[in-house]
Amino acid sequence: MDSLPDQVFDRQAVCHHKHRAAAALPSFDFLLREAAERLVDRLLDIRRDFPLALELTTHGHVLRDAIRLARHKETEESRPSIKVLLHAQMAPAMLRGAGPLQLVADEESLPIENSCLDLIVSSCGLHWANDLPGVLIQSRRALKPDGLLLVNFFGGNTLTELRRSLLQAEMEVEGGAGPRVSPFADIRDAGALLQRANLALPVADTETITVSYDSPMKLFRDLRGMGETNAVIGRRKSFSRRRTLMRACEIYEADHADESGRVPATFELITLTGWAPAKNQPKSAPRGSGQVPLIRVLGATDDPPKPA
Amino acid sequence: MAGQDVDPKLLEILVCPLTKGPLQYDRKKQELVSRKAKLAYPIRDGIPIMLVDEARELAD
Repeated sequence: MDSLPDQVFDRQAVCHHKHRAAAALPSFDFLLREAAERLVDRLLDIRRDFPLALELTTHGHVLRDAIRLARHKETEESRPSIKVLLHAQMAPAMLRGAGPLQLVADEESLPIENSCLDLIVSSCGLHWANDLPGVLIQSRRALKPDGLLLVNFFGGNTLTELRRSLLQAEMEVEGGAGPRVSPFADIRDAGALLQRANLALPVADTETITVSYDSPMKLFRDLRGMGETNAVIGRRKSFSRRRTLMRACEIYEADHADESGRVPATFELITLTGWAPAKNQPKSAPRGSGQVPLIRVLGATDDPPKPA
Repeated sequence: MAGQDVDPKLLEILVCPLTKGPLQYDRKKQELVSRKAKLAYPIRDGIPIMLVDEARELAD
């Protein structure tokens, strides 16, 4: 696998797509809102104050709204208390509507002092990172000891229906195929990355959101509206031939439509949680330090199993 | 809104994205200067643009 390129995504294109999508984002952001609300839900589970927090890959006021909504729902004592929230994004237009403290920054080269943040959050953005390990390592450095990293992004099972339909259509119409849908990170890799970034108490989990669309065309429009169109290096620069696209829609409908003609689109949301290491954190006991045999804990007898 | 000052909270925590070294705030020019990288990052409407591609190269 040595031949894999370091750069998968054209970051300029990602930036351009975000810029283009910024103005009309509120018409297309329902999925981003859903993901942000789920992220904030996780945050609510953590009873802790976060005096200084940074949002990476900001999508306008989406996350801020989710926090406000949660505050509204929650009782006084359980509200997530972020005192100051900074917003960072590579595409300046996407910062519009976010809180007052903004900076234009590339999360792959984070311009943040070591050990100064209590929390780093990001919703639906890091699947466009070429160097996710680098983002995690830099984030860990920017966090104070015992600071929290909580991010979600689209994972490997995202848009499988679309991927298959486009691939088949392209083979049929153009006699070849190129990357149309991003290669997303796998949940197993994601968990390993947290450890590699030396984040403590790492948790990686995945959930599936299935969205029902009137037609595949509606899905294309939504993806564009969210600024989530293809930015894979090696993508064909001219957009798909119309015939290919129409054929892909036909295949999508034929393979996936329900009785009423609606089609599902699968989005896999991977959530990563990790803490900057600190002395007072719970740690697992060293291997072999247990005093009670597991067999007794499980309520079995001490007799070793007899060979059959 | 041009020339709007950067919030001090941002100034406290920002470093050069390239060298992770300190930055100096040039209020008149509205720039954040990284001596080590010889780059000046622009500030537009109070928003620091911390991208190497957007920075101005400084002469020695």
